[in-house]
Amino acid sequence: MDDVTTGEPLIVLDAVNKWFGPLHVLDDVSLSVGRGEVVVVIGPSGSGKSTLCRAINRLEPISSGTITFDGQPLPAEGKPLAKLRSEVGMVFQSFNLFAHKTILENVTLGPIKVRKEKPAAARERGLALLDRVGIANQADKFPAQLSGGQQQRVAIARALAMQPKAMLFDEPTSALDPEMVGEVLDVMTSLASDGMTMVVVTHEMGFARHAANRVIFMADGRLVEDASPAEFFDNPRSERAKDFLSKILTH
Amino acid sequence: MGEFFRVLTDNGQLFVDGFTNTVKLFLIAAVGSLVLGTLLGAMRVSPVPALRAFGATYVNLVRNTPLTLVFAFLVFAVPKLDVNIDYDDSAAVALTVYTSAFVCEVIRSGVNTVAAGQAEAARALGMTFGQVLTLIVLPQALRAMVPPMMSVFIAMLKNTTIAAGFSVLEAGAIPAYMAERGEPQFAVLLWITIGFLILILPLVALQRILERKWRVAR
Repeated sequence: MDDVTTGEPLIVLDAVNKWFGPLHVLDDVSLSVGRGEVVVVIGPSGSGKSTLCRAINRLEPISSGTITFDGQPLPAEGKPLAKLRSEVGMVFQSFNLFAHKTILENVTLGPIKVRKEKPAAARERGLALLDRVGIANQADKFPAQLSGGQQQRVAIARALAMQPKAMLFDEPTSALDPEMVGEVLDVMTSLASDGMTMVVVTHEMGFARHAANRVIFMADGRLVEDASPAEFFDNPRSERAKDFLSKILTH
Repeated sequence: MGEFFRVLTDNGQLFVDGFTNTVKLFLIAAVGSLVLGTLLGAMRVSPVPALRAFGATYVNLVRNTPLTLVFAFLVFAVPKLDVNIDYDDSAAVALTVYTSAFVCEVIRSGVNTVAAGQAEAARALGMTFGQVLTLIVLPQALRAMVPPMMSVFIAMLKNTTIAAGFSVLEAGAIPAYMAERGEPQFAVLLWITIGFLILILPLVALQRILERKWRVAR
């Protein structure tokens, strides 16, 4: 899966710093993600990996440094920022489906209200996306009536309905019962093989091994390792990564 | 008992005029404070610091001012600025300005009951602040807002009686007229109480209906 990237990178972080008060959550992080590349971010909790993911669509503003998306620096606020966010899909740990909307409405709301698409066209594509993630028969239900795994697959369909240039996944399987993790990872794996640019924060080492082009290991707000999955898992260079892997891979 | 009913039938027109004005005052101030209060509430949850500061200042200033002072300001001070406004309009404006501060806080507390992730997901889709508020957050906040909002409006309905002190003929002004006519005050006050109870009943019914309607929305 090496060398899938072509042309200039899609996402570039340069010397990014972020403080929460005295806490240095992102410490001089530089990273570039190529088009079609799947980058998995792993690391112990509190290492800044979620903040990194959320900074890419500016749900988390950064303290210093620059982030560019598709050649443009991230807009600070207002309409330009909203437009950028519409081009970056985001999937949250807690799904965050709109509780007062049906499954189909969740998927069509963005295209209709943000992209100003015709409702009929949005509906058609919405149903096709729900079919792709295997939930077309639940289209008229409300989110609370679905299982966690189903909700997360709807959340992925909702993000895809905007036809994004990249997808961010912030621990998408961490809130799921174990038997539902697989169905969500299956959808993500198929997305990756379709060539979607993805940044995935996760603890699923199996997914990192077989679906990622690159693995980023973070600790204490720093980007400690940046390697291919095989290299990282079989031959980690830093003590921090060796320690982390020894703790999670022994069970 | 005959005496009690005679007080009402002999002075029917006064009661009708008084309560008609009370209802008018209430309806104008209800619509006005709902609009102004929603705008203020939107300011208080907006991402713009200057708007948040304005909303907070308005609420703290107006909410901590006695309603009689707000009335006095509009009825006595504003006309001195060569603004041509009659007593009825002044009373409606005073009630609107005052009640908006409370409506604003009801809206804000309703918004706070909606999980932060809902607004975050909406922003991540590229929605503007206005879209996030009107499409995602407010529809889910309505349910939590109904009971306190009704309390605010019931309080406002009763606050209309303060207008009587500022030369507006409404229900609160009836006792003074009746005293001049030599009618027994106890019966008069009971009739006014009954009148307000009748006016409040539709509000209570409306609260029931809305609570039931929005229960399934979650």
